[in-house]
Amino acid sequence: MQATGKPTGLAGDVIVYVCILALAGLQLVIAYGHAEVGQLFVRMLAVAVVQAALAVMFFMHLKAERRSLALSLGLYTIFVLLMMNMIWSDSFRLLHMRPFAR
Amino acid sequence: MSQGNMVVGEHSVELMEKSPFAIPSKKLVMWLFIISDAVTFGALLFAYGYLRNATPDWPTPFSSVVNVALMTFILITSSLTMLIAIRAAQAGNQPGALLWTFITVGGGLAFALLHIREWLRLIDEGLRMFQNPWGSGLFGAAFFTITGLHLTHVVAGVIALTVVVLGYKRGRYTSDDLENWGLYWHFVDLVWMFVVPFVYLLNLKR
Repeated sequence: MQATGKPTGLAGDVIVYVCILALAGLQLVIAYGHAEVGQLFVRMLAVAVVQAALAVMFFMHLKAERRSLALSLGLYTIFVLLMMNMIWSDSFRLLHMRPFAR
Repeated sequence: MSQGNMVVGEHSVELMEKSPFAIPSKKLVMWLFIISDAVTFGALLFAYGYLRNATPDWPTPFSSVVNVALMTFILITSSLTMLIAIRAAQAGNQPGALLWTFITVGGGLAFALLHIREWLRLIDEGLRMFQNPWGSGLFGAAFFTITGLHLTHVVAGVIALTVVVLGYKRGRYTSDDLENWGLYWHFVDLVWMFVVPFVYLLNLKR
C-alpha cells in the first residue's frame, strides 16, 4: 500500500460509489427542474464539486495521504481555477455591450 | 570498492532528499500530471462557459439523457471495479487483479462506444465543428473539443491499463503501478462529473 494513512475498506468504497451515483441522479433531477439557467448552473456545480471531492478523497485516497500533499496539490489547483474566473466580466460585456450593438 | 568510492557513496546517500510527501516518485508524478490535466479541462470548461454565456442563440439539442446517464453509470462503476482490482493486486491476488482490471477496461470500451454512438447521432442531425441547424456554430467546436479530449483520455486509459495489467501479470509491474494508473482512471471519471452537467444537462431541450 502506497498511501501513508489508512484508506477505507471495500465497504467504504461501495458506500462512496453509491453516494456518487446518487449525486449523479440528483443532477438529472435538477436538470429537469424549472429554474433559470444561472440557478441550474449553480446547483449543478455544487453537486459536481461534492462528487469530485468524494472521488478525490476516497477513490483516489487523498484522505489517506499526508495532509501536505493535499494542501500542495489542492491549493495550487484551486487558485488557478479561481483565477480563471476573471473571464466572466468580458463574457458579460460581449452579451450586453456588443461593439456593434444599436 | 575503493576508499574514494565509499566516500562518494556516503555523500550521495546524505545528499539524497527524502520524498516530500512520503509517496513514491511515480505516484507524485501521476498526481502532478493529474493537476495539470485538471487545469487543462478547467480552462476548456471556462472557455465553454464564456462562449455559452455570451451567445444568445446557444443551441440546446439534447432531448434525452438516457445515453449520457448510461455512460455516467458505466464510468462511475468502472472506478469501483478499478478499486477492487487494486485491492486484489495489493493482496497478492493476481487472477483477481487481472479480472477486475479487465472489467474496468471493458467499462471504458463500453463508454467509448456509447460516446461515439452519441457523436454519430448528433452528426447525423447536422452538427458539425462550426455549424449546426439549431443556433450558434460555436456549439459544435466547444462540444467536440471537450468531449473529444475526454474520450481521448478514456481511450488512453484503456490502453494504459491493459499494458500495465499485462505487465503486472508478467512481473514487470507491481501493484503500485496499477494503483498509479488507477489514480488516472478515477481522474477521468472525475472530469466526466463536470462535463455531464455543463455540456449535456444545461443544453437539454426545454
